Amino acid sequence: MTNASLIDFTLYVADSTLVLAQRNGDWCGHGPVLEQDIAITNVTLDLIGQSRSFYQYAAQLIGNDCTEDQLAYWRNEREFKNALLCERPNGDWAQTILRQTFFSFYQRELFMQLLQAADTTLSAIAEKSLKEVRYHCRWSSEWVCRLGDGTEESHRRLQVAVENLWPYTGELFIAAPYETALQIDTDTIKRNWLEALSTLFAAATLPAPSLTDTFMQTGGKTGQHTEALGYLLAELQYVQRSFPGCEW
Amino acid sequence: MKAVAADNTELQDCYDLLATIHDPEIPVLSILDLGIVRDVELLRPLQDEGHIRVTITATYTGCPAMDTIALLIKMALLTKGYKKVEIATTIAPAWTTDWMSAAGKEKLKTYGIAPPDKRFEIPADGIVCPQCGSSHTRLLSEFGSTACKSLLQCNDCAEPFDYFKCH
Repeated sequence: MTNASLIDFTLYVADSTLVLAQRNGDWCGHGPVLEQDIAITNVTLDLIGQSRSFYQYAAQLIGNDCTEDQLAYWRNEREFKNALLCERPNGDWAQTILRQTFFSFYQRELFMQLLQAADTTLSAIAEKSLKEVRYHCRWSSEWVCRLGDGTEESHRRLQVAVENLWPYTGELFIAAPYETALQIDTDTIKRNWLEALSTLFAAATLPAPSLTDTFMQTGGKTGQHTEALGYLLAELQYVQRSFPGCEW
Repeated sequence: MKAVAADNTELQDCYDLLATIHDPEIPVLSILDLGIVRDVELLRPLQDEGHIRVTITATYTGCPAMDTIALLIKMALLTKGYKKVEIATTIAPAWTTDWMSAAGKEKLKTYGIAPPDKRFEIPADGIVCPQCGSSHTRLLSEFGSTACKSLLQCNDCAEPFDYFKCH
């Protein structure tokens, strides 16, 4: 494993959690009820915390006085390695919840593997984050059940969300070169992810998911993104780009 | 740099000082009650320039109180006369509610926050109401006013209350 692979992988996780946090953060003040507004923003806060841990580590590996802020605010979309799933628009509450479920289930499997990583910083961040991720898995799963097994309207909306987001899930299980270098076993992640999701979909009265009958979008892990990311970064990075180094 | 031998009194004084610093989001708890102070190293005693390093850990990765807590520690020790104060952060081993002191748990309860309860690793109905002591309670929301809390309500005294999640 080269240092470059370790940096790229660390950025992949940092970017994915940051971009999803930025998306979720849009719900602040707009949640369907107060408790859920608080819930989604708390999930967001955890994601930002995880993202900061990974960016700080990447900055340390890069050296040359690199900082977490430079990595978050001064890289362009082609340099971002986040999973495409994380940048997909919020849509309605069903789509936001489903996106969170897909990603939290994935994070749980990925971080479980990182616990065994030879790199002790990665395993320490993973151990710390897993407690939060498990909580997110449970909260978002409950919503998937409630919507799927709820009213005709909520079921329909969740089904639409599945159709919208499913093509962006396959990428998670195709190892990028830096994942191969770190010996991330994407096949195991995929198997466990699909198994957990199948159980959840059954409880939510949704058709069983299949990863083989849909064309899957790829590219996020190596910097090829959907149109959505540019707009997201424009908003995320605006202040630092306009007033470099500003603090408040 | 190797830690110089300092007499225990000075170290104890430092801990006493840290015990007066409170979590800005849960002001009833000191940072020692919370269990986030992992180490205090006296590198040079107060009489000799005074150099100290305090290592802290976050409860949750995104806890927004961490920066404030680090600043409060630094200010307290500088005011005490230390010339050089370092605040280090660590994430391993990961913080757990087991590190919260028994006194801290009691203070939380008096303050109106149900302390973490091992029987409820997942927030659920039945957590004891800090107001009236009833276990006839229900979960309103898995997330509360801060990342470390959930929101419940007592069915007997009808009071809503925060529960400090097991972590």
